[in-house]
Amino acid sequence: MTCDQQRPVPIPSALITLLLGMALVLAGLWVGYNVSLLPIDASSNAPVYDALFKVLFSIGSILFIGIVGLLIFSLVRFRRRRGDSSDGAAIEGNLPLEIVWTAIPAVVVLFVGIYSYDIYERMGGMTPLNDHSAMHSSQPVGEHHHHDDAPGQKQAIMASSTSAPAIAADQEPGRVWGGIGVNSPQAQTLTVDVTAMQFAFIFHYPEGNIITGELHIPADRPVSLHMEARDVIHAFWVPQFRLKQDVIPGQPTQLSFTATRPGTYPIICAELCGPYHGGMRSSVVVHESADFDAWLSKNTPPAPATVASSVSNPTA
Amino acid sequence: MTLASPSDFQTSPQSSPDQGGPRGLQPQGWLRYLSFSLDHKVIGLQYMVCGFLFYFLGGALAGVIRTELASPISDFVSRETYNEVLTLHGTVMIFLWIVPVVNGAFGNYLIPFYVGARDMAFPRLNAVAFWLIPPAGILLISSYFIKGGSAQSGWTAYPPLSLTTPALGQVIWILSVLLLGGSSIFGGINFIATILKLRRPGLKMMQLPMYCWAMLGTSILVVLSTPVLAGTLILLSFDIIAHTGFFNPALGGNVVVYQHLFWFYSHPAVYIMVLPAFGLVSEIIPIHARKPLFGYTTMVYSIIAIVVLGLVVWAHHMFTSGTPPWMRLFFTIATSFIAVPTGIKFFNWLATLWQGKIALNSAMLFACAFIVNFVFGGITGVALAQVPFDIHVHDTYFVVGHFHYIVYGGTVFIIFSAVYHWYPKFTGRMLDEHLGRLHFVLTFIGFNLCFAPQHWLGLNGMPRRVAEYDPSFTTLNQVSSVGALLMAVSTLPFLINVVVSAFRGEVAGDNPWKALTPEWLTSSPPPVENWIGEAPLVTHPYGYGTPADRLDLQLVTAEQIWNDPKP
Repeated sequence: MTCDQQRPVPIPSALITLLLGMALVLAGLWVGYNVSLLPIDASSNAPVYDALFKVLFSIGSILFIGIVGLLIFSLVRFRRRRGDSSDGAAIEGNLPLEIVWTAIPAVVVLFVGIYSYDIYERMGGMTPLNDHSAMHSSQPVGEHHHHDDAPGQKQAIMASSTSAPAIAADQEPGRVWGGIGVNSPQAQTLTVDVTAMQFAFIFHYPEGNIITGELHIPADRPVSLHMEARDVIHAFWVPQFRLKQDVIPGQPTQLSFTATRPGTYPIICAELCGPYHGGMRSSVVVHESADFDAWLSKNTPPAPATVASSVSNPTA
Repeated sequence: MTLASPSDFQTSPQSSPDQGGPRGLQPQGWLRYLSFSLDHKVIGLQYMVCGFLFYFLGGALAGVIRTELASPISDFVSRETYNEVLTLHGTVMIFLWIVPVVNGAFGNYLIPFYVGARDMAFPRLNAVAFWLIPPAGILLISSYFIKGGSAQSGWTAYPPLSLTTPALGQVIWILSVLLLGGSSIFGGINFIATILKLRRPGLKMMQLPMYCWAMLGTSILVVLSTPVLAGTLILLSFDIIAHTGFFNPALGGNVVVYQHLFWFYSHPAVYIMVLPAFGLVSEIIPIHARKPLFGYTTMVYSIIAIVVLGLVVWAHHMFTSGTPPWMRLFFTIATSFIAVPTGIKFFNWLATLWQGKIALNSAMLFACAFIVNFVFGGITGVALAQVPFDIHVHDTYFVVGHFHYIVYGGTVFIIFSAVYHWYPKFTGRMLDEHLGRLHFVLTFIGFNLCFAPQHWLGLNGMPRRVAEYDPSFTTLNQVSSVGALLMAVSTLPFLINVVVSAFRGEVAGDNPWKALTPEWLTSSPPPVENWIGEAPLVTHPYGYGTPADRLDLQLVTAEQIWNDPKP
């Protein structure tokens, strides 16, 4: 607009501004790194997630405290005094200032974007899903088992890749539509088939032909969940793992992770799936490695599998 | 061009514009608010009152939700009813309250003033657009009472859940949303035509008040994206009624395609709810701070940027669905970059306040609280745009908290601010400031009490749309419910204020805020066809601090402009 009316907005002296800015950054960092809002971390990617959270929380605190502080300062400092009916200064803009506050969010967003991309890559999120190698999802996992698994187990894993997702059996074999850390090329991966239905999760262990309503996994060993829904969309969420993946009818999805902290954590359905959606909960029990082997051998059925009770709260 | 003749502008002050023609047959007095009126101001207030009625209904539904969630077990309503209530709450609040009020009510009332016109471009289409809303709303609510009940699949109506819940309720839900979408498209077309084609001669696009730009951007989003929702819902209704298989996996359908199509509308819908609020706050802040709107040009460009980016961010709602990695990455980047134009707008509002003469009245309190709330919601929004962050909190109460900070803390706060600001224009009387401040304090405290704890709940394991939850979350849920109760109570002083002030309020005069935007340069309430005589040519709608003789107000008549294109 008319440029002749422009004059720079007077700001407090540079030193005060600098000190306030530094105090603001320190306050934001303090909040971000000292206020804990997250549940305990129980998977290998949870600490990675928490690092991202701290960074985002710090940046957010700096921006929020700064903007709200500036707003409150303006409301007090520039309040209309009694009996004053005049106008404020006719400032219509200031190009350098506007460039600055275009640049600040752009730089922040760029930094956050690159950083979160890095985090996402570390979580295994950038592993290709629908390329040709992923078409037969379990195969790469099986191939990595050459040296450390008993042949019988390997056979079981290979078998699971062709037979497990019962519903999709007539579709493209094992095409994976979404997930995190799929096909992570690590040895000793424990594969579990997950079937979600109204209103329960069913876990099938091809290794021992076990079927349970509660997920048992070993700590410090990669786990790969091959998930499919039988009726409507569900979502598999373990807050302590910081992981969630929709379980979709007709479209297998995968979730790979490594639990790190033994304990019992909730599995929560996070996608509205019907009246009992709120009750669609289960538990994941993270065992020490030896305990898991004991659990596995104890529960491996000699005869056809018995379905463990799939009640909503099997923690007890 | 509608305005191709200078004779259009020669209405003499003596001739009463509401005589003769079809308008002479329209009811007068309060009855015209129940009629098929063609007056944009009547239609605007029809949208407003109708919207507030649905707001109270949606609020009552929210009360049911918060009462149910006051305890961790499902004990207040049945689980089926709970899902009906949450579906109705979302649908009513979005399609019958925020979109109609922030677009239809204020848009219809203000846009013709701002462009210097006597009415909208298509007055009959305008009336049709409004009169689609009450039947659509009644249809939606009535589905609650039919056998099987109303829709239970959330306002998102994801298949296959929406294919398995009671069919009749879901079909009625679709029909109702289609009607409301149609109303929205009619309104959008009308706004685009009015802003582009009905401007008073001599008024340039870059001289329009910011709300015009916001409504132009919003209407473009409405016209581009709403038909996609309509098409999607029609396909969904085929799946329900005719058992086609577009979205039915049992028949080879693809459920993720529905999510893409749905969010192609429903993410722009967030901007359809928020951009007009950005426009309104750009009108309110300069007047009460007595300063020009800072950085007009960059404000316009940021609106354009938000419109363009808003169309390519939809899949950030689907980071945990079946989306390939490259898509997650692209939508993370696109979504994050919306923070840039949005940030520019907020810094510009802060700069508008800087060195102003700020009157901290009810309108300004709500506007400033909007900045606080929206910055909070914007920051959690940038966090949610990051795939790894979203994968943990998607579909949890963190998201519920986030979007209520955007649509309630943002848009609804601005609706209240705008009511305090324009009520003198609507009625000719002022609202009571004491009741207004009481309303503000109760709303602000109640709102933050209700929605801030939900972020923690989501981070720690409470999914959304549940009737029961882990007992360890009870305390914060009860805090949230108390906040909701405070919000319900806060509407009482507002209602009393609005009703009593209409009869007993202090007489406002034509321009109580000494504002320069065109709607204040006519009487309060304005006459039919807005101006006795010619519309003023307002080339500096934010010329505060500039001596009046330099504002060129009303110095040029349309006829002069028409005869000499370069005044």
